[in-house]
Amino acid sequence: MKTGVIKAILCAISLISVVVLLGVVFYILMAGARVVSPGFLFRSPDYINFEEGGIFPQIVGSLYLLAVSLLFAVPLGVASGIYLAEYAPRNIVTMCTRLFVECLAGIPSVVIGLFGLTFFVYYLGFGPSVLSGGLSLGIMILPWTVRASEEAIKSVPSTYRAASLALGASKWQTIRLVVLKSAYPGMITGILLGAGKAIGEAAIVLLTTGGLATFLPHSLFDDVGSLPVYIYLVLTVIPASREIGEAYAFGASLVLIGIFLCISIFALLLRNRYIKRLRGE
Amino acid sequence: MKKQQQQSATTRFRSFKTRIARGSTKELLIEKALFVSGISSILIVFFIVAFLVKESLPALALGRVFLLGMRWSPGHNQFGILPTIISTFVVGLGALAIAAAVGIPTAVYLAEFAPPWLRNVIKPCVDLLVGIPSVILGFFGLMVFVPFIRDHFGGCGESILAGWLILSIMTLPHVISISEDAIRGVPTAYREASLALGATDLVTIRLLILPNARSGILASLILGMGNAIGETMAVLMVIGNPHIPWIPHSVLEPVRVLTSTIVLEYSYMVWGSMHQHALFAIGVVLFVIVAVLNIATTAVLRERTTTVIKGAVRG
Amino acid sequence: MGLIETEDLSVLYGDVPAIKRVNIEIEANKITAVIGPSGCGKTTFLRALNRMNELNGARTDGKVLIDGENIYNGNTDVNMLRRRVGMVFQQPNPFPMSIFDNVAYGPRIHGIRNNKLKRIVEESLRKAALWEEVHDRLDSSALMLSGGQQQRLCIARALAVNPEIILFDEPCSALDPISTARIEALLRELKKDYTIVIVTHNMQQAARVSDYTAFFLMGELIEFDETTRIFERPKDKRTEDYITGRFG
Ligand SMILES: Nc1ncnc2c1ncn2[C@@H]1O[C@H](COP(=O)(O)OP(=O)(O)O)[C@@H](O)[C@H]1O
Ligand SMILES: [Mg+2]
Repeated sequence: MKTGVIKAILCAISLISVVVLLGVVFYILMAGARVVSPGFLFRSPDYINFEEGGIFPQIVGSLYLLAVSLLFAVPLGVASGIYLAEYAPRNIVTMCTRLFVECLAGIPSVVIGLFGLTFFVYYLGFGPSVLSGGLSLGIMILPWTVRASEEAIKSVPSTYRAASLALGASKWQTIRLVVLKSAYPGMITGILLGAGKAIGEAAIVLLTTGGLATFLPHSLFDDVGSLPVYIYLVLTVIPASREIGEAYAFGASLVLIGIFLCISIFALLLRNRYIKRLRGE
Repeated sequence: MKKQQQQSATTRFRSFKTRIARGSTKELLIEKALFVSGISSILIVFFIVAFLVKESLPALALGRVFLLGMRWSPGHNQFGILPTIISTFVVGLGALAIAAAVGIPTAVYLAEFAPPWLRNVIKPCVDLLVGIPSVILGFFGLMVFVPFIRDHFGGCGESILAGWLILSIMTLPHVISISEDAIRGVPTAYREASLALGATDLVTIRLLILPNARSGILASLILGMGNAIGETMAVLMVIGNPHIPWIPHSVLEPVRVLTSTIVLEYSYMVWGSMHQHALFAIGVVLFVIVAVLNIATTAVLRERTTTVIKGAVRG
Repeated sequence: MGLIETEDLSVLYGDVPAIKRVNIEIEANKITAVIGPSGCGKTTFLRALNRMNELNGARTDGKVLIDGENIYNGNTDVNMLRRRVGMVFQQPNPFPMSIFDNVAYGPRIHGIRNNKLKRIVEESLRKAALWEEVHDRLDSSALMLSGGQQQRLCIARALAVNPEIILFDEPCSALDPISTARIEALLRELKKDYTIVIVTHNMQQAARVSDYTAFFLMGELIEFDETTRIFERPKDKRTEDYITGRFG
């Protein structure tokens, strides 16, 4: 009797939390669907005749930033992961490396943004640009790629390594041909989850790019627009009427959440398949 | 015949020896390159810390005036961040309390009672929302919670309460996901042993499962706290950010937190001024707070692993 | 002179020796069985012969001479050594790749491509008595095979790098009796071309397949002789006790 009541309460709480979480997504999807049209997706923002504008440069800009961040973080992160999982001796340097990866993962994004602002924008003179924003985002997701690679590599059964070494393969051959081959779905899952974070990150991009760009960047050193920053600015800074600002923010949110969900769903599907394969199904 | 075979084997063995030198140089180079990538994280963190500290030194040198100062007013050269720090913790802790109150029961339900099909629907949804863009949550809060609070509780709507709600929605997926994993991580053998002794489900959960999953749950909460305090956009858009920060007296008041101060003021700070140094010093304070919380998480998790290992040895 | 000779071979995990001062001479083109109770150092001894112990951080003292050359001297290339001295493990451990890629793995590493590679794969699978069963599905995953087939695949994989010596670590312990019988038949077949050292905890198996038998106890080589003698007239009391099942 008492058990039944408690179970019912637990069930109710879980339903509430799930409904709230899904409610947020559906609210954005419904409101955004009213705004999104081909014109909205493929035009540039028009800050004077706001209704004439769209978010094309923001969509493409977000993808550019994502690409730069991945180009920075993936090779470095995968190499770090391989090192930590396969080579790192048990010593103080390795301990420090792990500690600092954790530390980097914990740094609030706005702090990384401040660093990007000083280092990339001013100190290296990249200005507010694709490069500054992408590299700062890359720093943010680096720990994710390191961890994902290390964990995926560590979950490769050691019997594979033994079998390969016993056939006369060198250590690097073993890693390249057997270990990475088994580990890459896990690595990609982790990297995609990092990409989902990067695409939605506003604070870093706000601090390291201008964000108001109405055109596509022609080089890495050009300013670039992005969806998260656009959503923020269209509600606060850009001179538009409140209603139009909100409508456009909904449209941009829909696109952003769409991209985010695509990346995440793909990552989770990949993970499930990977887990099944590890279990040998 | 046998002799011949051995002969050829020996020459094969020898002929490879000359080849090896080259092969192992390559291996060595690869190892070195991987090592350099490996320590890149250390270098990056050092860089970040070095630049932050360098840019914030003059403000940090103010010491108590900065950390414990009550007034923040860049126009009057006043840079005290105590009200902002307090607001940050008020917002973060409140959000965490809500997330815990909702998230832990949800995790228990999902791990222990939910029928498998329901769990298979809910868990992926929750996992999917772990990284939902915070700017979207902030926008949602601005459109839904802020008007609701304004209409039903009074005030301007942009308030601590709105911040709590949005941040708790943001941390909820983390709390549910990690806690659920921790609860399911408790070995089935314990569960069966307890049930076999005649304990009910609930007793088993209370006396056996929750204590065993405690550190995992705790870690999820500390992690959530770190995320909440470090979060910028979601909070920024719903908490009002009064021009002059103060220590709030009611949850309906607008406040200012550390992260929002940086984002709101960086664009008009004068490079090289005390204002700039103070903003970077806020970055340092944030860094330290979150680092402490992360170290706490790691320590909590390590404690769990050691108890598990000890348990295994004893068992 | 044996193909493999050890001189005072000891292997230590930390400070604890797993095998102590083993001296043995293993002859070419014979099957040598290593028997003894669990934990007596059989696996450790076997892995000392292709330096696989290094992977779990063990220290090795003494010498292992193969063709008169000490494989523990500084200038031995371990990868070359392991190519010469192949190994089949207790648990079948095919890579999560196709059947073809599993067998082709070793030759590919050593730079063999195209037709020659295909020929080697087929030859190795034939030698491992697996070709008939899998020749029409070389591209399907190796993990789809049964345990016995997987183990024969691992044997084919080891054969494909053309070793002279093959080490088997309890290759049948995870298999059913029919698969076991097939592998034993295979071992007898392989002995024509290869030198085989096989660890087994199954004395009947040692008696059935081997020419020589080495009996280990607590890290020491107690007795080493022709299999028939070990099983019919053991010299050492402890060997006799073990074989007659009085302990172990
Ligand atoms: N990786 C290892 N680390 C430490 N000790 C080990 C390791 N592998 C084996 N040992 C120890 O060495 C001894 C011999 O083990 P092993 O050669 O595996 O025996 P067998 O194969 O005869 O069962 C055992 O006492 C075992 O505990
Ligand atoms: Mg063994």
